[in-house]
Amino acid sequence: MLLTDLIRHAVGATGTHVGCEHGVCGACTVQIDGEPVRACLTLAAQAEKLDIRTVEGLEPRPGELSPLQAAFREHFALQCGFCTAGILMSLDALFARKPKASEREIREQLSGHLCRCTGYAPIVKAALAAQAHVREEKTTDA
Amino acid sequence: MKPAPFDYVRAETLDEALGALAEGGEEARIIAGGQSLVPMLNMRLARPSVLVDVMRIDALSKIEPKNGRVEIGAGVRQVALERWAALAGTLPLVAAMMPWVGHAQTRSRGTVCGSLAHADPSAELPLALLALDGEVKLRSKRAKRTLPANEFFLGMMATAVAPGEMIEAIVLPAHPMGTGTAFREVARRHGDYAIVACAAIARPGGATRLAIGGVADVPQAVALPDPSDPDFDDQLNEFAWSLNARDDLHASARYRRDLVRTLGRRTVEEAVACRS
Repeated sequence: MLLTDLIRHAVGATGTHVGCEHGVCGACTVQIDGEPVRACLTLAAQAEKLDIRTVEGLEPRPGELSPLQAAFREHFALQCGFCTAGILMSLDALFARKPKASEREIREQLSGHLCRCTGYAPIVKAALAAQAHVREEKTTDA
Repeated sequence: MKPAPFDYVRAETLDEALGALAEGGEEARIIAGGQSLVPMLNMRLARPSVLVDVMRIDALSKIEPKNGRVEIGAGVRQVALERWAALAGTLPLVAAMMPWVGHAQTRSRGTVCGSLAHADPSAELPLALLALDGEVKLRSKRAKRTLPANEFFLGMMATAVAPGEMIEAIVLPAHPMGTGTAFREVARRHGDYAIVACAAIARPGGATRLAIGGVADVPQAVALPDPSDPDFDDQLNEFAWSLNARDDLHASARYRRDLVRTLGRRTVEEAVACRS
């Protein structure tokens, strides 16, 4: 069984989408032990006892969007939303490791995803805005 | 797009893995990071009846530098090599190539040795092994053997790994002090398979070596004179023709030869420029 099928059919968490099912589109990207991975290229058995985080895990409190998700809404970084969950998980992993990731690094991370609606410019804009927002919050807290 | 049914064996030790492989014979396959094998399973281009998972074998997940060589075990993920602190100092060519290997989202799972076992002619890691004259350590339940890169790759997605055998590790020679290296690639998008990939090594003594991926069925290397030598372009052109480039969906044979000549020259020049 693939990890995508475990997440969607056994667990019932349908936020993770399945596109090409051979590792090209990136829609099914989730985090395993904090790293972004293609769930469709991961055997569920190989993920046993590892820490798996899906898009459902992004909301800080039930019903509340994370800064990254809010930035996506604000900057029209999604239209149909099919690719969005995967992109969010990839960017979240990038920012966790490199909070100051450059635009080039953001674009490189996005190269592992296909989006057929918005074009990538609003997605990059949203990513940069989310980064700035998080930085601002940290400074205000301090 | 689901794999055909298979049995899954998670090996805890190398002996266990080799035992399961021996028992499964031709029907058994090693699964490591799965980034090349799982697409093949999903498309049912591969239908092994047993998959032997080697990712929980601690002994295989080591990067070990010793005596001017770096040994990389079968369980080492690409991301682990990419983030290995000593990589840029020890294997600058590999450090330059790693960001081009798939995408961050596949390097997080995919292994170095798995990419070699898959032996896609456009992939960067097979090119690295060949450019550096590395070795592959193979092991079965009964025997061990070590093959140089040029004997390991037999053809497009074909290697010398026999049924019952697995890659235990690869060994890459570190560069002598002062060696210059460079890597360049042309692909449709960053992270896609290379249309042409060039890896160049300029040794302090003056000899240069250029290895090309994406053109022939297996990566190929050639020794070249200094780019300032009047014979350089002729020799590079001869090499470009010897690769028997083919037309495909992504590029024509002529375009590929052209890239070998222009990108190849630039890559060698860059390697020579950073030699000291």
